Amino acid sequence: MSASHSAPTQASPMNVIGRPHPRVDGALKVTGAARYAGDHYLPGMLYAVPVGATIAKGSITAIDAGVAEQMPGVRAILRRGSFPPLGRAELDMSSADTTSILDEFRPPFDDDVVRYYGQYVALAVADSFEQAKAAADAVRVSYAVEIPDVDPALVAEKMTVKSERGDAEAGFAGAAVTIDQRYAMAPETHNPIETHATLAVWEGDALTLHETTQGVINHRNVVARMLGLPAEKVRVISRFLGSGFGNKLWPWTHSPLAAAAARTLGRPVKLVLSRAMTFQSVGHRPRIEQRIRLGATADGKLTSVRHDYVNATSILDSYEENCGEATPHMYSTPNLRVTAGIARRNIGTPTSMRGPGAVPGLYALESGMDELAVALGMDPVELRLRNEPSIDEGLGVPFSSRHFQECLRVGAERFGWSRRDPRVGAMTRDGLTLGWGVAACSWIAERFASNAAVDLRDDGTARVACAIQDIGTGTYTVMAQMVAERLGLPTDRIEVALGDTRLPAGPVSGGSMATASLVAPIHEAVAKAGAALIAAACAAKDGPFSGSRPEELDFVEGKITAKTGNRQAMGFDTVLKALGMPAISGSGSGTGTFMAPGKPTVSKHSFGAHFVEVTWQPETARLRVARTVSVIDAGRILNPLAARNQIEGSVVMGIGMALFEETHYDARNGAPVNASLADYVVATHADAPAMDVHFLEYPDTSLNALGARGVGEIGLAGTAAAITNAVYHATGVRVRELPLKLEHLMS
Amino acid sequence: MQSFELLRAADPSAAIAAASRSATAQQGASVRFLAGGTTLVDLMKLGVEAPHLLVDINRLPLDGIGRAADGGLRIGATARNSDLAHDPIVKAEYAALSQAILSGASTQLRNAATTAGNLLQRTRCLYFRDTATPCNKREPGSGCSAIDGANRMLAILGTSEHCIASNPSDMAVAMLAYDAMVHIQGPQGERQVAIADFFLLPGDTPDRENVLQPGDLVTHVTLPPPEVGARAAYLKLRDRVSYEFALVSAAVSVTMAEGRMASVRFALGGVGTRPWRVPAAEASLIGQPPGEAAFRQAADLALAGARPQSQNGFKIELARRCLVHALNQVTR
Repeated sequence: MSASHSAPTQASPMNVIGRPHPRVDGALKVTGAARYAGDHYLPGMLYAVPVGATIAKGSITAIDAGVAEQMPGVRAILRRGSFPPLGRAELDMSSADTTSILDEFRPPFDDDVVRYYGQYVALAVADSFEQAKAAADAVRVSYAVEIPDVDPALVAEKMTVKSERGDAEAGFAGAAVTIDQRYAMAPETHNPIETHATLAVWEGDALTLHETTQGVINHRNVVARMLGLPAEKVRVISRFLGSGFGNKLWPWTHSPLAAAAARTLGRPVKLVLSRAMTFQSVGHRPRIEQRIRLGATADGKLTSVRHDYVNATSILDSYEENCGEATPHMYSTPNLRVTAGIARRNIGTPTSMRGPGAVPGLYALESGMDELAVALGMDPVELRLRNEPSIDEGLGVPFSSRHFQECLRVGAERFGWSRRDPRVGAMTRDGLTLGWGVAACSWIAERFASNAAVDLRDDGTARVACAIQDIGTGTYTVMAQMVAERLGLPTDRIEVALGDTRLPAGPVSGGSMATASLVAPIHEAVAKAGAALIAAACAAKDGPFSGSRPEELDFVEGKITAKTGNRQAMGFDTVLKALGMPAISGSGSGTGTFMAPGKPTVSKHSFGAHFVEVTWQPETARLRVARTVSVIDAGRILNPLAARNQIEGSVVMGIGMALFEETHYDARNGAPVNASLADYVVATHADAPAMDVHFLEYPDTSLNALGARGVGEIGLAGTAAAITNAVYHATGVRVRELPLKLEHLMS
Repeated sequence: MQSFELLRAADPSAAIAAASRSATAQQGASVRFLAGGTTLVDLMKLGVEAPHLLVDINRLPLDGIGRAADGGLRIGATARNSDLAHDPIVKAEYAALSQAILSGASTQLRNAATTAGNLLQRTRCLYFRDTATPCNKREPGSGCSAIDGANRMLAILGTSEHCIASNPSDMAVAMLAYDAMVHIQGPQGERQVAIADFFLLPGDTPDRENVLQPGDLVTHVTLPPPEVGARAAYLKLRDRVSYEFALVSAAVSVTMAEGRMASVRFALGGVGTRPWRVPAAEASLIGQPPGEAAFRQAADLALAGARPQSQNGFKIELARRCLVHALNQVTR
């Protein structure tokens, strides 16, 4: 594997921004010292195991807990009526309050109706996990069973226009060459290696939750509403996460359930979901059906783009997979129409999964573009180059920074695309048929509002704090880098505090926006701490800067310097010691751009191109992804090591999306039946190809002073299409349903 | 998981005496031997198996691997899969067995899993492992959920209207091709059963998977002396590269004389309710020069009677290709 960097890189004082930096939390994780939510043990703690419905539609007629309640160690079998009903916190992504979001509105035990398989109907609480599990298994639930609807064929209740310009129908009708195809993808389950866990501890009327969450502040706000508490009475701690991929973005029902159980029983309660439960009750990427209609002139200029999509959602919640997010701005076309709809099924509520919307959307669009290139007899790179827009034609505003054509050209060069023989099955190596495919990627570049605080300490160290999370992507490290760069210190002198609602409010870790959101508040916090130090130094009766006026001094790279004259600069630790102060603090804040009211003045997106080589052995129907080249235009890269890791991880996940991942709902009982890591197939290390990741690195200062847009989800966008496009090139089979299975390719 | 007792057997006879108190040695046994535990403990957590007593046989002297008196190989019941796969004799003389084991599970699992445990491993049928659904293998008479359900991974050979569960073992497929003998010590003494007779077809008793009776302890497996000049391979086809059960697999071993096949052994995995071998298919190749048409015909014989389910019809053709490719590989 390799990764590389283009100029321009900007030298920073400590060479810490823009340099590959190992994870500052790496040692804690590999030695096991990092304590995850489920690793906490408290005196008197009880264990809770939910009882999930074994039907997907119907109602509970009776719960017989007689046997379970008599089992050793069992404290309670909680069910509807065991504690006062929990409140509702109906705030989704479209609400004005972007810090109290959830996807599944219905509180646990709200009624006796079952709407999906695995919906919690009771909770066994016991002295040990094993006792609680045994008791949960012994609870007998009777149901009035109805036939669930998990039909994969999706018909929308109604279609809504998401974006429109020109006359898409006329543009299609008048086109020289057209494509009209449907693309479907199976439901996917996130499967972070750490399953969801909650440890709920009450002290009087105050609640602490040790949580697996990608947003401690959001989690606090939602759970406080459900429990009828003021937010300040709830503390949420999530210092380390075994990732989430989106299914830990918003709170799920087990968390308030654990809190209610702890309040009812007066003891700390730990609830850790099983792997099977995480297929049922903590979200998934739903099944999606899309239709792409493209019209083009004979020389490959798009005349019409139509993109219609429907996703499955749950009975009560209207989760919408925003598949058309990238479609209006990806290519230039005078005529475009994007419509969306949902279809209700007896499934758990879907949720954001890595790259929600754009990832499935670009699978369809980029498959359609490849089919169009074949229909035109045109190279698929060339087709994309010919349709480069000069502005975001969907929003009608310029791009903050777009270098998609360079992504294609650089990627083609690194991949060796010019050697591609476009004929199906024409390329071979070592007895294997080769397939080469390409696809574009795009992902939103926005930032959330965030605060941060920085303490400068007299021992020459600093502390930076923000109630943000590190979901395994490197937030600890990039925060340390940002402060180190400002203070002229090595990162090992920076303490990073995150994942705790007692820290200055931070955003959710989602949308690849954490890094971009942190720059302004951290820079301001450092500057404020420096200003406070200058003020204190000037005010001191005797000290190095006594009698100076603050406006004569500057705080640069951790040192107080005089703006004029040749007075020697003095480090903050020396100044603090001279003043007899152990530490001095500063705080900063930054505004958000995501979902901000009003029309944006620029379109902020990252771009990229994936090139994929598959090998195909027809006599054994063996298909492998052999190598990939990903060229990503995501602004300035603050930590190339972590950024490359994000793209490589996304590409591997894209292999899973294209070839393996499928949650299989049984039509008879509505259960996701392959709910284990043996039966839900994800890509393994052995499936990982040789990956070349390259960043273009054009700083985009529309989001922050460092020019960083953040990176992560974009690596998944487009990957599946690049793979299926390569498969077509190798085999001549166009598979329009993910995951592609080898039986689709056997002729 | 329900509570159970753990007995650390001091010697085989104590283990056998304890296990003979179980009403059955098949599904639902009240006493189970514990070796690697890689299948059994999972099934206990899932509530599929609920023995009252586990008899730990890990300290019994059953883990040896060595040359048998007849020049063949003697493999202890508790020899670890990884030790067996990397044994120098196995690698040199029973290559298909080494390859088969290494194609299965993960390094960690192979380090724990044992010979007898692998032989006795249970199907990966989703419904067998899900106690909320009917399954004739788990709960006789309750019905088969797989026939109308998720059956892509399941069997096309040896099935019945009661069960279509596939045998998941890779090791057993190679052992079948090598004519392994299973050695059993039971309450009535010792006996040996050819591996071809060891596994039962599901018929109307899919809960009965093999010939073991209460108290029967598999002590070792023997392989006959290797065939001189044989070339062998194990080919496993699956969706991902590693850590997945076979869609189809083939263990093959061929010796050649004067450009013609002198002896031919092969067995198929992933397709049968037990490891699958058809002697007539092997015999059809004896005396013939290697070639696509002959291999294809042998494959047709091996797959004769295959009954596809709703999602796994492709396995018939895939198994043919797998076998032909493996035979090509060892006769090239």
